[in-house]
Amino acid sequence: MTQQINDVNIQIATVNGTGSQSANLILMRSLFNMGVPVAAKNLFPSNIAGLPTWYTVRAHHKGYQANKQDIDILVVMNADTVYEDIRNLRPGGVLIHDTGMKLDHALREDHINYGVPFSKLVNEATDNVKLKKKVINMLYVGVLAHLLNIEPEAIEQAVNKQFKSKPPVAELNSKAIQVGRDWAAANLSKADPFVVESIPGSTEGKILVEGNDAAALGALMGGCTFLSWYPITPSSSLCENLIDYFQRYRVDAEGKNRFTAIQAEDEIAAIGMVLGAGWAGARSMTATSGPGISLMAELAGYSYYAEIPGVLFDIQRMGPSTGLPTRTSQGDISFAYDLSHGDTQHILLLPGSVNECYEMAQQAFDLAERFQTLVFVMSDLDLGMNTWMSDPFTYPEGGYDRGKVLDAEALATVQNFGRYADVDGDGIPYRTLPGTRHEQAAYFTRGSGHNAQAKYSEKKDDWKAGLDRIAKKFETAAREVPAPVLTSGQGTDYGIIAYGSTDAAMVEVLDLLQASQQAPDYLRLRALPFCAEVRDFIASHPHVYVVEQNRDAQMTRLLSAEYPGLAPRLRPVLHYDGSFVDAIGIVDQIVQAEVKQKEFANV
Amino acid sequence: MSKVKTNVIGLTREDYKGGPTTLCPGCGHNAISNHIIQACYESGVDPFMLGKFSGIGCSSKTPAYFISKAHAFNSAHGRMPSIATGALLANPQLTGLAVSGDGDTASIGVGQFVHLIRRNVDMVYIVENNGVYGLTKGQFSATADIGSTLKKGAENPFEPIDLCGLALELGCGFVARSFSGDKKQLVPLIQAALSHKGTAIIDVISPCVTFNDHEGSTKSYDFVKEHDQPLQEIDFIPHYEEINVDYEAGDTVNVKLHDGAYLTLKKLDQDYDPTDRLAVMRLGHEARARQQLLTGLIYHNPGKPSFDDVSNLPEAPLHTLQPEDLRPSREQFEAIMQRLMR
Repeated sequence: MTQQINDVNIQIATVNGTGSQSANLILMRSLFNMGVPVAAKNLFPSNIAGLPTWYTVRAHHKGYQANKQDIDILVVMNADTVYEDIRNLRPGGVLIHDTGMKLDHALREDHINYGVPFSKLVNEATDNVKLKKKVINMLYVGVLAHLLNIEPEAIEQAVNKQFKSKPPVAELNSKAIQVGRDWAAANLSKADPFVVESIPGSTEGKILVEGNDAAALGALMGGCTFLSWYPITPSSSLCENLIDYFQRYRVDAEGKNRFTAIQAEDEIAAIGMVLGAGWAGARSMTATSGPGISLMAELAGYSYYAEIPGVLFDIQRMGPSTGLPTRTSQGDISFAYDLSHGDTQHILLLPGSVNECYEMAQQAFDLAERFQTLVFVMSDLDLGMNTWMSDPFTYPEGGYDRGKVLDAEALATVQNFGRYADVDGDGIPYRTLPGTRHEQAAYFTRGSGHNAQAKYSEKKDDWKAGLDRIAKKFETAAREVPAPVLTSGQGTDYGIIAYGSTDAAMVEVLDLLQASQQAPDYLRLRALPFCAEVRDFIASHPHVYVVEQNRDAQMTRLLSAEYPGLAPRLRPVLHYDGSFVDAIGIVDQIVQAEVKQKEFANV
Repeated sequence: MSKVKTNVIGLTREDYKGGPTTLCPGCGHNAISNHIIQACYESGVDPFMLGKFSGIGCSSKTPAYFISKAHAFNSAHGRMPSIATGALLANPQLTGLAVSGDGDTASIGVGQFVHLIRRNVDMVYIVENNGVYGLTKGQFSATADIGSTLKKGAENPFEPIDLCGLALELGCGFVARSFSGDKKQLVPLIQAALSHKGTAIIDVISPCVTFNDHEGSTKSYDFVKEHDQPLQEIDFIPHYEEINVDYEAGDTVNVKLHDGAYLTLKKLDQDYDPTDRLAVMRLGHEARARQQLLTGLIYHNPGKPSFDDVSNLPEAPLHTLQPEDLRPSREQFEAIMQRLMR
């Protein structure tokens, strides 16, 4: 049997609320500690305790981090899903099951089956009945450690990191892992090909982080001083992480808070507070998900028209309606882009990695203040709540771009200040902050019609000039938002556009296509509005696949509307069943479409 | 030439004026705008440090008609409390003065009204209450009394929301009611509200001359004049003036406010104690049953910390903080990264 080294996809089927998370993190970190690149995905129910959860750790020497539908090793700890889990496991897959479940009749011959008496073995780890439920999870870590040949030091390091403040807990869990490992060594004969080997230096200096944590850190570094939020999955952890950072790093020498964090009564109030704070000059933000932005629609339009900065993280989940609250999606793209009634448009940033969650969180505050408008950071559940490996983040250099703000001193040099006047020809007006001591400073902020002097106006010329000037501002913005990233291929004549969390799968997609003699150019969008490079990319390819995680091909539609002449070149490749996007699914669609394309060309 | 009269910070009354009103002649709201100007002038409110807030409706237009030297945020319908909360937390040096209406506050905005009071955001919140939607031409609002009628005769079948009662229930530390036509009562109440640290609610009955000033309305000039039951004769003594404690004992109470000012209340009803919350609630219900409109200082409790106090903010506005104040050091950042490593 040929060994498959450092390429394994391990899934733990368990029940939420049983404390398996610690075991799963230790498993992931053990591999990471050996230098094997890892990523983990948590498929969890919208429920507090008692429903099935699947945690998947993917280890791959090339650092592939996207979901892989095919599971190599499945550990079933949940009796409720075991039959379905066995049914779903691919032929050749490894099944680790509890012999106490009495599954013999259901086991498949095309699987490699390892039965482990977990419920009995746990007695060797502890006598404490309460602890058994949790500690039993450590046993599968031990069994996997034996089967995969995970180094004991790597495990010990992971256990100590997990329970660093509680040495007795660390000891107990280490013991349980050892019990599992010893039992496996004595009782299982290895029949599967999966092993891991340490790769010196490979993960040294890398970090493991969730996108929401990365975004929170970005907001901290980006000078966010005001957070208002309403809890909603999958965005809550962003706010909670940020509050932790605030409390740790933003209390001054006198014990005063250099931040405000308000849990609002609903999403409408959350965005209202963000606008109030942004108007008063604070770098303000909220984080929410689809149902939240639905509620924020009215004030999003207010921000657009009255030109008030703010940052909104949309950690997208599967809609419509309540939808699948714990499943990922890119379903809010077109809604967010013109959120609110009337002619409205917003700047959307599209982070494609945890590093970009961190970087774009900072850029969002600069862009919001530069353009005096709401900036959306369109993350998703996959990026936000799963654990990703990354290079460490960079400490920011330089100051913040606070945009065009006139203080009293500056106002003294200005004649006839007009809040909404286009002085510089870039569509961006100057603003003043309340509390500015100057006769010219005050202006009247309103969502109703106003002229360049911020006076109420229903005159047609004033109205049109205002809207046209804001459109011009967004033309300027298109040149200043993060540019797309081009990965040049060779030898094929088509292009691929993708964005956001799909990028992790795209790395693998390009490798797989190359293996089948195709090497398309790949453009990763990083922001809306679109810039000229996007148009040029489409124009330079006879056809372009647009990969996205929604049913309606939302980005394809936006591109088609932006470039109607190029629209016939765009071919949507879609993923919207709620699972994390994977490379094989994308490659299959593209390859099939290419076959059709060639057949059509040959007719 | 006579010297122009100035206030304690050297400004003239002219310095507090706003743009010309576009509301109907005779509208109660215009009178209130003038009372706000008078109160801010007399109290020496610094226009540059004043933030004016409103939602949507006739009342919410009025911040354009007073103190043009102050920044204003005429927000969305029912959302003023959240906007004001954000602005006043971002810059606690601002004096917050909000004007809303009964539709803006009691219907679409009742949720935000409730939570503003719950948080005790430091601001004055004036409701210009006429029981009717004016801009959409005369529908009932949620403060319209049961049995009152629209201009065309339709009768309101629902109980009203009593905003003072609601504020009391929520533990608001300053609750007052007045009448747009009662300058003598309303000006000192606004001054006292400005001196109060925390949310100060003033529910001002302000008749709509166009849609709700007819017989059958309980928010008409005639009805209010007939049913107005002032609780006290009110006088305001700003912090910069000395107080003469020269009143008949038991008849007059001096209410000390946060900035050192006093409100003197000459009792008209010997039994009324604006610090006894439960008694105030009971009297409020009884008065409503009798169709009496209790006006004056309904309730006062200076003991509750305001939201900016609870938030433990530094004195300077948040926007003045610099990158070095806001970013952890390189060493701290490195430690964060280390925590995420092996």
